[in-house]
Amino acid sequence: MNWTLANYDRLFTALAEHVGLVATALAISLAIALPLGVVSARRPWAYAGVMAVTGVLYTIPALALFALLIPFMGLGTAPAVTALVLYSLLILVRNVATGLREIPHEILEAADGMGYGAWRRLVRIELPLALPVIVAGIRITVVTQISVATVAAYISAGGLGDIIFQGITQDFGEKVVAGAVVTAALAVVADESLRVLERRLRAAQSERA
Amino acid sequence: MVGPVFTWIAEHPKVFWTAAQQHLVLSAAALGLALALALPLAVVLLRWRRAAATAIALVNVLRTIPSLALLVVMLPILGTGFQPALVALTLYGLPAILINAYTALSEVDADIVEAATGQGLSRAQIVRRIQVPLALPVIFAGIRTAAVQIVSAATLAAFIGGGGLGELITAGMGTLDIPQLVVGGLAVAALAILTELAFGLAERRLNRTRHA
Repeated sequence: MNWTLANYDRLFTALAEHVGLVATALAISLAIALPLGVVSARRPWAYAGVMAVTGVLYTIPALALFALLIPFMGLGTAPAVTALVLYSLLILVRNVATGLREIPHEILEAADGMGYGAWRRLVRIELPLALPVIVAGIRITVVTQISVATVAAYISAGGLGDIIFQGITQDFGEKVVAGAVVTAALAVVADESLRVLERRLRAAQSERA
Repeated sequence: MVGPVFTWIAEHPKVFWTAAQQHLVLSAAALGLALALALPLAVVLLRWRRAAATAIALVNVLRTIPSLALLVVMLPILGTGFQPALVALTLYGLPAILINAYTALSEVDADIVEAATGQGLSRAQIVRRIQVPLALPVIFAGIRTAAVQIVSAATLAAFIGGGGLGELITAGMGTLDIPQLVVGGLAVAALAILTELAFGLAERRLNRTRHA
């Protein structure tokens, strides 16, 4: 425990870098996935196309995707964030589209009857109703991104993976384990917090209904 | 990019095929072990509901742990090489199989199970002849997920000396050999996609024969 206790500030900096990487990637992912999800929700052909492409991306292992991005983007944060965004699209687009499709037709017709335009109906009625399903997608995405971001340290993107790789190179077991345990804890805490948020959103919605 | 890739493979056939073979052996062994652990465990948990809730909760935590963390966390105890990689990949594949198998088996209609009991079938017979066949599509979906996850995470085994195609990537990074790096990346990507397609095809076949 000596190294961990003496270097908790380094672990904390790495943790902050890791969270920063994931937060940046998540913001960009949502900016891409929300419009894609809205567009493909009611167009089966668009949905099938987006799922096929993002499905292949999702299957490519993280280290392989980094290896393929290096010739174009080099090392550092840019290829790391690009990879994190590419991995997020399948689940996010799928959940946005599913959330919107599950809204009962009567609600949409009622909104039309009350004179809502397409944009206002989407923002005020449809997206709020789809929110629990979207948050469920965000939960899976965040856990995936935390995992991929660990490997991103290998291409000099920083974060908790950095501690792990330093430990491996220096043949320093405690450092490796400290990095791994904090990474695992981050993933578990993020998963659990978003699960609670998802449950609350669902409960609030069924109360109103 | 295509030319240098084939040139590299043509010039280093032994390195390429050894890495590919290691990757396949490691992945197949891990999937086999995960199946050997998860399927009997799912059947045992079926009869032991109170332990089941705890076991599923634990496995859900295991599922959340990033693959790199899982691979390296046992480094001080198990050291480097094939064995620690095998242990980590087995643990990594376990959750998808166990959760799908347990959920599918326990969701088989209680009426059907009761009718079978009424006909004098033993519990073992009910599991084997009724619950397993009915739950098979969902069980197989879990196996497919696990297979792709294991093949994917096996790339990271290169970091703990476990061999496999990831070594082409780490070696390429080490010497800044871009063709080797790209060969590794493409080979790993192709293997993961092929695994997904092959298991998907097998899954569709399985479901078709059942409905016929």
